[in-house]
Amino acid sequence: MDMQIALLLGQDGITNGAIYALLALALVLVFAVTRVIFIPQGEFVTLGALTLANLQAGKTPGTIWLLLGAGAAIAVIDCTISLRTGTIRRIPRILLWSVAYPCGTALLLFLVNPAELPMLAQVVLSLMLIMPLGPMIYRLAFQPVAEASVLVLLIVSVAVHLTLVGLGLLFFGAEGSRTLAFSDATFKFGSILMSGQTVLVLASSALLIAALFWFFERTLYGKALRATAINRTGARLMGISTVMAGRLSFLLAAMIGALSGILIAPIATIYYDTGFLIGLKGFVGAIVGGLASYPVAAAGALLVGLLEAYSSFWASAFKEVLVFTLIIPVLMWRSLTTHHVEQDE
Amino acid sequence: MRVKLLLAALSIVTMASQAYADINVGVSLSATGPAASLGIPEKNTFALMPTTIAGQKINYIILDDASDTTKAVTNTKKLISEDKVDAIIGSTITPNSLAMIDVVAEAETPMIAMAASARIIEPMDAKRRWVFKTPQNDAQMAIAITQHMSKAGVKSVAFIGFSDAYGEGWWNEFSKMAEARKIKIVANERYNRADTSVTGQVLKLISANPDAVLIAGSGTPAALPQKSLKERGYKGAIYQTHGVANNDFLRVGGKDVEGTWLPAGPVLVAGQLPDANPLKKAALEYVKKYEAAHGAGSVSTFGAHAWDAGLLLAHAVPAALKKGKPGTKEFRVALRDALETTKELAGAHGMFNMSPSDHLGFDQRAYVMVQIKDGKWKLQQ
Repeated sequence: MDMQIALLLGQDGITNGAIYALLALALVLVFAVTRVIFIPQGEFVTLGALTLANLQAGKTPGTIWLLLGAGAAIAVIDCTISLRTGTIRRIPRILLWSVAYPCGTALLLFLVNPAELPMLAQVVLSLMLIMPLGPMIYRLAFQPVAEASVLVLLIVSVAVHLTLVGLGLLFFGAEGSRTLAFSDATFKFGSILMSGQTVLVLASSALLIAALFWFFERTLYGKALRATAINRTGARLMGISTVMAGRLSFLLAAMIGALSGILIAPIATIYYDTGFLIGLKGFVGAIVGGLASYPVAAAGALLVGLLEAYSSFWASAFKEVLVFTLIIPVLMWRSLTTHHVEQDE
Repeated sequence: MRVKLLLAALSIVTMASQAYADINVGVSLSATGPAASLGIPEKNTFALMPTTIAGQKINYIILDDASDTTKAVTNTKKLISEDKVDAIIGSTITPNSLAMIDVVAEAETPMIAMAASARIIEPMDAKRRWVFKTPQNDAQMAIAITQHMSKAGVKSVAFIGFSDAYGEGWWNEFSKMAEARKIKIVANERYNRADTSVTGQVLKLISANPDAVLIAGSGTPAALPQKSLKERGYKGAIYQTHGVANNDFLRVGGKDVEGTWLPAGPVLVAGQLPDANPLKKAALEYVKKYEAAHGAGSVSTFGAHAWDAGLLLAHAVPAALKKGKPGTKEFRVALRDALETTKELAGAHGMFNMSPSDHLGFDQRAYVMVQIKDGKWKLQQ
């Protein structure tokens, strides 16, 4: 292995690592706020990427039906609850988000030819389709059991994952897709050639991480999420709605997932079940950070990316084995060095 | 309880209407899971098959095994014990088909597999007596590739394949054949179907400086190494296996797969076959039927394996009907015997000439070399 190959592998590892880092952050965020180990995180990658691919191919993405369906289910459930509890004044607001918004988006899809839109508009449209699914999934699957144990939440999470993979196959078929490249430019750094796409992935990831940092440090909602993560009961006593915190964290997770998908779709073929493995690698990163620390999780995810790139060169048949084996020494090290506190359920 | 009773009553009614006279064919295929891109066109194909053979109504009972071995076995047991099928078609992939052999042999029901590995029908024994298959053996395709390589003057080749049974199977066959033809294998790498990057492997392939690269993957995931090879400036010849022979591969591969060589069943280039080729008519019939139902360009070679299984059955049923009634053991035994004596039956993928020792019966007419030119499959004349 010469220097050139080492640098190329490093570049590849960091590009993938950046995506894993984003997903690791989302996983840590969701777990900290809601105690859900969010296995379907990777599915948002798939949905985001394939929705964009469908829009570019001029097809109506199946995710619109998911949005309409989930919205309708929420409308029925929430309106029934409102009628029973006599809080009818909440109904217009419920209908606005669960019926009017999906229908409006569907109408928009119907009116414009998505293939002719500029790429930025296609990306925005994909995000409009995917992002609301986060809070909707929280409302339907997790909110009713929000106070249950971590294990129950994990089981629900697996169920949601399987459902979304099945729907992905139904909407997009078994074959994969790629999206058009955002840029054909290449940059030269010394002897290394970097594609514009790689630069874009790195820049967007850095920007997104900075934005998340700003959100948590400087905004009221970000602080509310942090407060909920530190102490749910305490946060509730301070007037922070845990339901709001849950939905907001899922919204962010869906946004991060969909954006990650859109970023890697031009450099990798995405299948209906690709997201799971990508999410799992983000999860390994998140574990390195103990599902608690954002910077360590991001660093762990970068490590996963680099390990993957170099092991694919040295021992390609054992690449996944090496990546997932990483979790064992990390867990041992964590269990030896950190003081274990029984979680109060 | 009432629901259960109703269900029981319903199933009795449906069974009663099926059990007499109709021929029941049980199908277990992988319409979901990792092999879905193969299983879906197969599933679509069953809708195009004849509904009557020799005046007998024929029912296809299709179950999905989700590319899962346990599910395939459960499906087979269910089809045999509950639906009392006369024959089984399936499964899509090799591990599932291998697992089903024990079940069908015990129940003495003939089975036609749509999976590629030669191990499904070899070595012939008391259990495999009941098992037939329609796709070409990997070995036959490996012969086609190595033949073409030595004709093209390829001296060294690098191999990259799936890190699963498909890649391993190809590695075994190909490394043997290549050695026999004095082609040197300079690199052997693996990657996963779901990988988003193969930069590491590709750099290693290129640093070995081979005349040609063989990519042993199936469906669109096989495009990834080729894209990376082009990206890193590899200029040599690239070979793919017949696993990529569907139009989604062309769509995802785009201009990066131009010039690729691959072996494939004749059905892939049915329209370009010379008129004298006896397979042309059979292959074109399938292509026309499939495209009429699912749109132009939708046909894939995988569905054609299912079609060939249907042809084999349709060909064997009239002979078997003379010996017994559908639903009886006599009929199943006669059906097996009739399948084994199939001679010169033109399928979409090749000419079937079965014998007690060969339950596939394909010769060199079952493969052609194809090149991708201008985003289309082009038959090598």
